[in-house]
Amino acid sequence: MTLKQSPLDAIHRELGASFTDFAGWDMPVRYTSDLAEHHAVRTSAGLFDLSHMAEIYLTGPGAGAALDFALAGTLSEIPLGRAKYSLILSEQGTIIDDVIVYRLGNDEFLVVANAGNRFPAAEAIRERAVNFECVVDDRSDEIALIAVQGPKALAILEATAGFATEGLAELGYYRCLPREFNGQAVLVGRTGYTGEDGFELYVDNAGAAELWAAITTAGVGHDLLACGLACRDTLRLEAGMPLYGHELSLDLTPVQVGLEKVVDLTKDNFVGRDGVMAGVSAGAVRLVGIQSEGKRAGRAEYPVHSNGRTVGVITSGALSPTLGYPIAFALVEPEFAEPGTSIDVDVRGTDVPAVVVSIPFYSRKARS
Amino acid sequence: MNIPSDLKYTSEHEWVRIEGDTAVVGITQYAADALGDIVYVDLPKAGTTIAAGAIVGEAESTKSVGELFAPVSGDVVEANQAVVNSPELVNSDPYGAGWLFSVTVSALGTLISADEYEDLITE
Repeated sequence: MTLKQSPLDAIHRELGASFTDFAGWDMPVRYTSDLAEHHAVRTSAGLFDLSHMAEIYLTGPGAGAALDFALAGTLSEIPLGRAKYSLILSEQGTIIDDVIVYRLGNDEFLVVANAGNRFPAAEAIRERAVNFECVVDDRSDEIALIAVQGPKALAILEATAGFATEGLAELGYYRCLPREFNGQAVLVGRTGYTGEDGFELYVDNAGAAELWAAITTAGVGHDLLACGLACRDTLRLEAGMPLYGHELSLDLTPVQVGLEKVVDLTKDNFVGRDGVMAGVSAGAVRLVGIQSEGKRAGRAEYPVHSNGRTVGVITSGALSPTLGYPIAFALVEPEFAEPGTSIDVDVRGTDVPAVVVSIPFYSRKARS
Repeated sequence: MNIPSDLKYTSEHEWVRIEGDTAVVGITQYAADALGDIVYVDLPKAGTTIAAGAIVGEAESTKSVGELFAPVSGDVVEANQAVVNSPELVNSDPYGAGWLFSVTVSALGTLISADEYEDLITE
C-alpha cells in the first residue's frame, strides 16, 4: 500500500527526518533526537506536522443538534470560538474515536478525528446526521495541520512574518480564532496534545509549506525545533492524554477509561446512551497511571502482575524524559485501580515494582 | 552513514574491534539511529561466559527495545559503566565512548566486513 504524504513531505525530507507509517501516512517520527525534541517542547517550543489528522465539517442550522446526537457531549451549547473534547460512541457505548470539536460559527462546527479513525468517524457522523438539517463534509485531504507547542509558542507566532496574530495572546485554552497568513485563512486553536501551552493551525494544503517556513524562521531566536511523532507520544503520555488504539478502543467504555465526564447523560437521545446506561460488569478493567522503579519502562502489551498473577496490561509506556522514571498507562482489574496500589510490571520476564498513581504524570505550572 | 573499515560487523548491527585475544563490542551508528535516543542499556556482567549468537543484553530507546547478541564467544572482561550511566553515548559516539562490553575471545561468531555490512543496510 502506498503511504499518504503530508503536504509538508518535501520539507521533512530536506530536514533529514526519519519516517514512520502512522495510520497509513508517511510521517516524521523524529528529525534528529526525539529526546531533544521532547525537551524543546517542555522548555522552548516544538513545531509539528499533524496533517494526517482528519477534519470533518458540519454546516447548517441542524449541525449542533446533529453533533448532540452523534457524540457523547452537548456540542450545541458550546459558545462560538470554543473547542471541546468529545467521544464518538458505538450503540454499545464503547469508543469509536475521541475528537476535538471547534465551534466555528452558529451553524458551523469542525470535528477533528484521529487519522486512523478518519473513515469510521466520518461515516458515523454522516449516518447520524441524516435526519438533521446539515451537511457533513470530510475535508481531511485538503487541510493541513501545523502545531506550535511549548512556552515560547505565542512569541514565535507573534514573530511570524505575514501572520495576523491579533487576539492570540488573549486567546484562552480550548478557544479558537480565525486568522490570516499572507491572505490565507488559518484557524488557530489554543489546543494541543503535549501538556504545554501551544497552538494548532489548520490551513489549506497549498499554504502549509509557506506557513511552516515562516514559523521556522520566526523560531530561530526562540530555540524552536521541528518535532516528530516519537516525542509527541512521550509528551502526551506525560500529560496523561489517552491515545486511540492504546488507551481507547471499541472494547472500552468511557467510565472504564476515566472519561465519564465527557458523556452528558442529561441528553435524552444520543448514540451510545443505552450502552453507557447499561454500565459495565463488576470486573471490567480500568485505566490507570503507573509509575515504576528504575529505568526500564513497561511498554504496550506488557503484563501487569500482583503477587505473580496477571491483573492487567500496559497500554502505553516510556521512560519519562521529563520526570526521569518509567511511566505507563495500564488497564487493570478494578481492585488494583486505586492510586497507591503496589503492582509489578513484567518487563520482558522481570517483575519491576510499580505503583498506581493519579494522572497526569506531568502538569505544567499554571500560566502566569 | 559511518561504517569504520577497520571493524568487523554482524548482521545484528553490532561492531567488533579485535585487539589480540580481546574483542570490544558495540552497536553500529545505523542501529543507534534506528533505535532513536537510547535511554537504558543492560550489559553482560564482567566474568560471565557468553556464546556467540546468544542474547546478552538490551538497548532501549524511548520508542523501542533492541536486543544485544554476542558477536563472539568468550568471557566478558568489562561492561562499559560510562554507557550504563550515560546511554546517550551510544548515539553520540557509537564506535568510541559508546562501546558496550569487551570479551576475551574463545571463538568468533559470524562476522562480516565493513563493505558487507554496508551492503546489508543499503539493501
